[in-house]
Amino acid sequence: MTFNPGGLPVKYFSPSTIEEAVELLSSGPNRRVFAGATDVVPQMRSGRPAPDGLIDLKGIERLISVTDTGSMWVIGAAAPTVRLTSNPAFVASFPGLAEASGLIGSDQVQSRSSLGGNLCNSSPAADSVPALFANRARAVIASGAGTRTIAVQDVPTGPGRTSLAPGEFIIEFEIDRPTTNSGDAYFRLTPRTEMDIAVVGAGARVDLDGAGTISSATLALGAVAPTVVRVPDAEAALLGAALTNGAPSDDVLAAVAAAASAACNPIDDKRGTIKYRRHVAGVLARRSILAAIARASAA
Amino acid sequence: MSTKTHVTCIINGDETDFLTEDGESLLNALRDEVGLTGAKEGCGTGDCGACSIIMNGDLTASCLVFAPEAQCSTIVTVEGLADGDHLHPLQQCFLEGAALQCGVCTPGFLVASKVLLDRNPNPDDTEIRYALAGNLCRCTGYDKIVRAVKEAAVQLRENGKVQA
Repeated sequence: MTFNPGGLPVKYFSPSTIEEAVELLSSGPNRRVFAGATDVVPQMRSGRPAPDGLIDLKGIERLISVTDTGSMWVIGAAAPTVRLTSNPAFVASFPGLAEASGLIGSDQVQSRSSLGGNLCNSSPAADSVPALFANRARAVIASGAGTRTIAVQDVPTGPGRTSLAPGEFIIEFEIDRPTTNSGDAYFRLTPRTEMDIAVVGAGARVDLDGAGTISSATLALGAVAPTVVRVPDAEAALLGAALTNGAPSDDVLAAVAAAASAACNPIDDKRGTIKYRRHVAGVLARRSILAAIARASAA
Repeated sequence: MSTKTHVTCIINGDETDFLTEDGESLLNALRDEVGLTGAKEGCGTGDCGACSIIMNGDLTASCLVFAPEAQCSTIVTVEGLADGDHLHPLQQCFLEGAALQCGVCTPGFLVASKVLLDRNPNPDDTEIRYALAGNLCRCTGYDKIVRAVKEAAVQLRENGKVQA
């Protein structure tokens, strides 16, 4: 049995350049780029209309590269997440993003799953996305018009939907190397310890200035709204906060938790009720911020 | 008329070629075109691990791979574990420890366990359970599987066969 029983034959393309991929994507009515196909295959199998052309991005060297340029990390959109979690320098730079990336499925999936796919599949519960938001990552997007760069947080627009226009695809992510002591973290709640989908996820990034106060904080929540969401009120509460024994005051942490709970617009489903998700969002927001602070302090 | 794609790759050390539809899974190509029926389809969506293979050094769910992606790749399937008539210590330990019942998940467990022991010759129970989290067994239960992997690890360390 093929993935496309009874449908049009699926054609497979493996371009070796971005230009070729751009051309292939625009030269058929229903073509789709893919990296690991860990979402594409289940979708095709669940009876969604199959694409008639599949464009494999892994043959393009730039799209599977993971590079430290000195001023930033550049992560190919199709690079398997195992290349991030097994890269000690990357893990040291962004342990939270590395941990989040490593939570996407099993080891069998880690050799296929990619940050580009995790973002563009646009599940509100995608594990790497809150960590990308928190690190203020940028997405470099290619199309026939050339390339453009936007904030990752401007990519998802709803479950399964993105702001990318037809003919566009993400080629890589850019994350600035911190210029001060900084740390990131990602926490998620799942009923099982492995192979599960987040009930709530929280990604945090904290930068400290020379005096040890918080010069910048970013908090993003997953699985509590139609897209991953930033929590500006929590970030504002943390900005300029001084640390005592490695933590902001209880009042600041309470404000972070309250802002996180308030930022939720969750659904009731088998994984959690609205009330539970709101509560857990506050708990994980606080924990992820504290973990990011601890890493920033140790940096 | 459907045009098939010609794929050449190395499977279990042998250069192999096969013809496939572009939309076919590598799992089905291995089973139906190459005749290696060890890897099984459990779920077809990358959740159960019964189709696990080692592709270019990485543990991979072959049901998620389009067959043409195998072009120029190096693949190891469960059929590549034994050394001629000598079962791999993992296979022997699974047999002796009754770490299987219906056997559908077994090839995937063996392949995933091999990847684990190649990377970590002395895993503890927790490491084994995390490494095998992508493999589901619906009949034997996991304790015997974990014990079999631990015993195989002991034998492999004694034999010095685990790659550094």
